[in-house]
Amino acid sequence: MPLLGADMEVGKLVEWLVQPGQKVKRGDVVAVVETEKGAVDVEIWEDGIVDALVVEPGTTVPVGELLATLRSEGAGAPAVPPPAARPAPAGPAAPAPTAVTPPAAAAAMPPERHKISPAARRRAQELGVDISQITPASTDGIISIAEVERAAHAIVPPLDKQEAMRHAIAASMARSKREIPHYYLGNSIDVTRALDWLAQENQQRSVKERVLFAAVLLRAVAIALKDVPELNGFWVDGQFRAALPAHLGVGIALRGGGLIAPAIRNAQDKSIAEIMSALSDLVQRSRSSSLRSSELTDATITVTNLGEQGVETVYGVIYPPQVALVGFGRVAERPWVRDGTVQIRKVVQATLCADHRASVGHRGALFLSALDRLLQEPEAL
Amino acid sequence: MSADEIRRVVLETLSAIAPEAEPERLAPDRPLRDQLDIDSYDFLQWMVALHERIGIDIPEADYPRLATLNSAIEYLASHASASQQ
Repeated sequence: MPLLGADMEVGKLVEWLVQPGQKVKRGDVVAVVETEKGAVDVEIWEDGIVDALVVEPGTTVPVGELLATLRSEGAGAPAVPPPAARPAPAGPAAPAPTAVTPPAAAAAMPPERHKISPAARRRAQELGVDISQITPASTDGIISIAEVERAAHAIVPPLDKQEAMRHAIAASMARSKREIPHYYLGNSIDVTRALDWLAQENQQRSVKERVLFAAVLLRAVAIALKDVPELNGFWVDGQFRAALPAHLGVGIALRGGGLIAPAIRNAQDKSIAEIMSALSDLVQRSRSSSLRSSELTDATITVTNLGEQGVETVYGVIYPPQVALVGFGRVAERPWVRDGTVQIRKVVQATLCADHRASVGHRGALFLSALDRLLQEPEAL
Repeated sequence: MSADEIRRVVLETLSAIAPEAEPERLAPDRPLRDQLDIDSYDFLQWMVALHERIGIDIPEADYPRLATLNSAIEYLASHASASQQ
């Protein structure tokens, strides 16, 4: 079970999209997994032949659990025979009936020793809960954090889906504020020219092909990162690892609450129109819960635009293990001194919050000034 | 297309974008964006849907004229009849 978010503990295998004996290539979607952030298409990271599907659809397992085995091409038949044929799920994404026997892996374990996710184990330690005294309620036999907390407090109402997402965001953001020494910089940028240019461009486009200003901002961020590469990458094992292609995580609010930040991949190689179509695709698939696992995990920096809600300035929280977040506020008309006179210009507040372990404020300032310079020449973007 | 038909199309396309909202409870003269919590991406999708259903290509400069339920219906009614002549 892949880790599909900083604080994912368990995932439910909804559906297998491959069968034993099937050839797969790196990047193929092999399964659909339900997480707190919605359904995700899981990709495979190696070429080979599917050997056995270990986990049955409808089963919830902790992160790190074996889902299936793969053998390399040319290798002989598997040493262990694949499990006996199992009934196919009734339909795509159909939940398994509740009366099914527990999955083989859980059934093979002695009943008094239950599985527990690493995060639930940590929580149990924090709360001083004896996990051997907990009997998991679910048929998959995994002790959840909720059950640990219930054991500690006697009664904790079950987490619903929104609460679960809230919980995941809370854990990830708490980790960010606990571990990352954030610094914040802000700059007011005159975007009048960029908006005028975009309005002209959009006049020539049909309604379906129109570009949102967000795509222009994303393109400018991708290019400005070339000047300051230490904002683009991850802080892992006590050191910064630069990421060469910039995958821009875009904060997308989900209807009914919730937030995810899937990535626009290789943004530096995409034109504004290509970024716009990638953005449309991500927004649509985020809202219909059909994102791929790599899109949720490989963003190298996050860009968030809260201007739509009317805020002027965004003071962000970095999404670990990334090292920077760029925020844009509302575009508003402001009195602005230009060519020695006060003029009415459209201005946006761009902010950078960055990890001081990976970059220094001077470099962050260079990034914001590059962003400003790029937005003054939109036709060159 | 009659004003009633346009009103029906407007409400149907809005509920496709904001499924949990109840369009019939919208205040007719308050901004749709605030009432439905839609962003510029949703708004663009709405423009595309209106284009497909009514056949009017709404220029970006006219977007502010579709800010409320009443103003949108009025705008679409006047442009739909103009394009049919």
